[in-house]
Amino acid sequence: MNNNSKKNLMTGSKIILESLIREGVDTIFGYPGGAVLNIYDELFNYKDKIKHILVRHEQGAAHAADGYARASGKVGVVLVTSGPGATNTITGIATANMDSIPMVILTGQVSTNLIGNDAFQEADTVGITRPCTKHNYLVKDIKDLAKTIKEAFYIASTGRPGPVLIDIPKDITSSVCEFDYPETVELRGYSPTYFGHHVQISKLAAEILKAKKPLLYVGGGVINSNAANELKELAELLDLPVTSTLMGLGGFPSSHPLFFGMLGMHGTYAANMATSNADFIVAIGARFDDRVTGKVEEFGKNAKFAHIDIDPSSIGKNVKIEIPVVGDVKSVLSSLLEILNNKTEEISSAKYERLDWLEEINAWKYEHPLLYRMNDIIKPQYVIEKIYELTEGDAIIATEVGQSQMWTAQFYKFKNPRTLLTSGGLGTMGYGFPAAIGAQIACPDKTVFDIAGDGSIQMNIQELATAVQYNLPVKIAIINNNFLGMIRQWQELFYHKRYSFSEMNVNPDFVKLAEAYGAVGLRAKTPEEVVPVIEKALSIKRPVMMDFVVDKEEGVYPMVPTGAPITGMLLV
Amino acid sequence: MEKTHILSIHVENESGVLTRVAGLFSARGFNIDSICVAKTLEKNESKMIIATSGDTQILEQITKQLNRLVNVIKVQELTDEDSVVRQTVLIKVNADETTKSDIFRIKDIFGGRIIDVSRNSYTLEATGSERKIESLIDILRPLGIKDIVKTGIIALQRTRKSS
Repeated sequence: MNNNSKKNLMTGSKIILESLIREGVDTIFGYPGGAVLNIYDELFNYKDKIKHILVRHEQGAAHAADGYARASGKVGVVLVTSGPGATNTITGIATANMDSIPMVILTGQVSTNLIGNDAFQEADTVGITRPCTKHNYLVKDIKDLAKTIKEAFYIASTGRPGPVLIDIPKDITSSVCEFDYPETVELRGYSPTYFGHHVQISKLAAEILKAKKPLLYVGGGVINSNAANELKELAELLDLPVTSTLMGLGGFPSSHPLFFGMLGMHGTYAANMATSNADFIVAIGARFDDRVTGKVEEFGKNAKFAHIDIDPSSIGKNVKIEIPVVGDVKSVLSSLLEILNNKTEEISSAKYERLDWLEEINAWKYEHPLLYRMNDIIKPQYVIEKIYELTEGDAIIATEVGQSQMWTAQFYKFKNPRTLLTSGGLGTMGYGFPAAIGAQIACPDKTVFDIAGDGSIQMNIQELATAVQYNLPVKIAIINNNFLGMIRQWQELFYHKRYSFSEMNVNPDFVKLAEAYGAVGLRAKTPEEVVPVIEKALSIKRPVMMDFVVDKEEGVYPMVPTGAPITGMLLV
Repeated sequence: MEKTHILSIHVENESGVLTRVAGLFSARGFNIDSICVAKTLEKNESKMIIATSGDTQILEQITKQLNRLVNVIKVQELTDEDSVVRQTVLIKVNADETTKSDIFRIKDIFGGRIIDVSRNSYTLEATGSERKIESLIDILRPLGIKDIVKTGIIALQRTRKSS
């Protein structure tokens, strides 16, 4: 044994990798470059312990880590170089930040003596990412490196999760320091509240029992806090109708009789009517986003609100809340159930009094269900329904953004949490495919789809090479209408059909493109071809790109125009 | 409701904290009227006193958002009633034989000091509430203010009187 190993001296690069291992990281998504060459050189020694996925664009790395995190619940890790490497990840970081996804992004930086000199591939990464991360760091002293990594993982994965970036100058990665990974973190300014206040929870319990027309409005917080079981128990205990945000889909079984679909701009008629007629709405891990509320003054205009959220700044932000409960959704729901489980009598009378309410919502559901009309052209909704049927709702579905995303939310009946990966907050086109890659790496035995439009798939299509390189059997379903469909739909409805630059006049031949990358390309042009194409794709254990040539002018309905109350729905 | 608010913010004394805090204000279109930052007696801790004016509800949002920042240890809103608020001003004012005695008198009334003297100007230092500083400025203005600099306001919560 030499002296070095006794004192546990290590280079910064080795410290980074050893720290990652201590955080349980076995997969990172990255792209090498000058400022991270030392780290990559060390990574070569860690090939057996840490799997590095080489993407084709740093944005792909960020989205893939995000998809990995959403599908697995673990922290997604990204490693990229300084300057353009870092700036290319920004969209991915902002996407994760808006949707509260735990990620740690390691960016290289020019050496400390060059910082601020406009050095080659220098960017003020910490400055640029400050507003789109949960927290970020510039490591200026190697002694802080291990502690910083420890803190970053802690901050990313606790409280309201989010991306944390660590900017590491190149000289730090080559200098040497004793490695001692801290056991705990000490952060004076950061201590998330997990347990809801019992007085508030009791109030909530009383109000839930008292309400005549209660409604649960659930969001991504249910998924982030792994509270799907508690939610189901609560809903079933009291026969509470449930509506979900886009981010909450999968948090409650879509085929459950108490589930009335997504609410908001493209929500179901039943969900939006229920929201407007409820007298008590419990928001659970949701944040009253404008796409959900429509005209915010009229959102739940007949209701009192309770709001369970781990982030106090989400409570009362857009809507006045009578019963705020700050805490982790899972823990708060457990406490709530504990209280309610002792009130058997009140529960049965409350349930009895609410039969009319459930009947009312069911009537709305049958009055205006989600529907579309078949003809001899492929309808996008039909493709998604068939994907649902053929995967039995068990697949992980990543989406891009736009019409294909909304149809997925409407027509794929999500059964389980962490099976819908979608950019809800930032609305990032190009998110779905790399996210599907990340999810497939996290869950090798699952069927993973990316439901895309012909526009959005082209935003990160280069990742086909990644999927082929790692032989990931991701299935891409392109809902190809030769349009930026959602833009076209808005232009049709609100801009007198002036289709200003929303038509994709030139698209590649997606089948040939897939083949060029070494993937499999399939195409369906008629409704009869849809099922065979999906079946074939499912039978191939390689990346498959399916090109569904669909009705160009199909729209997503219901639709609430911006600024209108959510009852102001345009129906089919 | 538009109102002046004073926030007392304990932060970790690290680079970038000021930008994080200021960024929260600018991101919501909130103007910072004044800001004072200095170290406290605690190791690695600074205190910021931020004066801002705006809608009470938005301020509550900002307070919550500030609390979300990892480097922010504590945020407190200070009100005029339960805290002492002070500001310091340096004013360079024209001074000739006819006005010198006026300036001396005004200085005494406002409890200020003359800290620099030249042939035709005096520089006054005064400390007090914002309102007091404003009236001092108003009174000196007719004499001709050549230059002026104000610190941001600082404030400290009063000790609660035991009832």
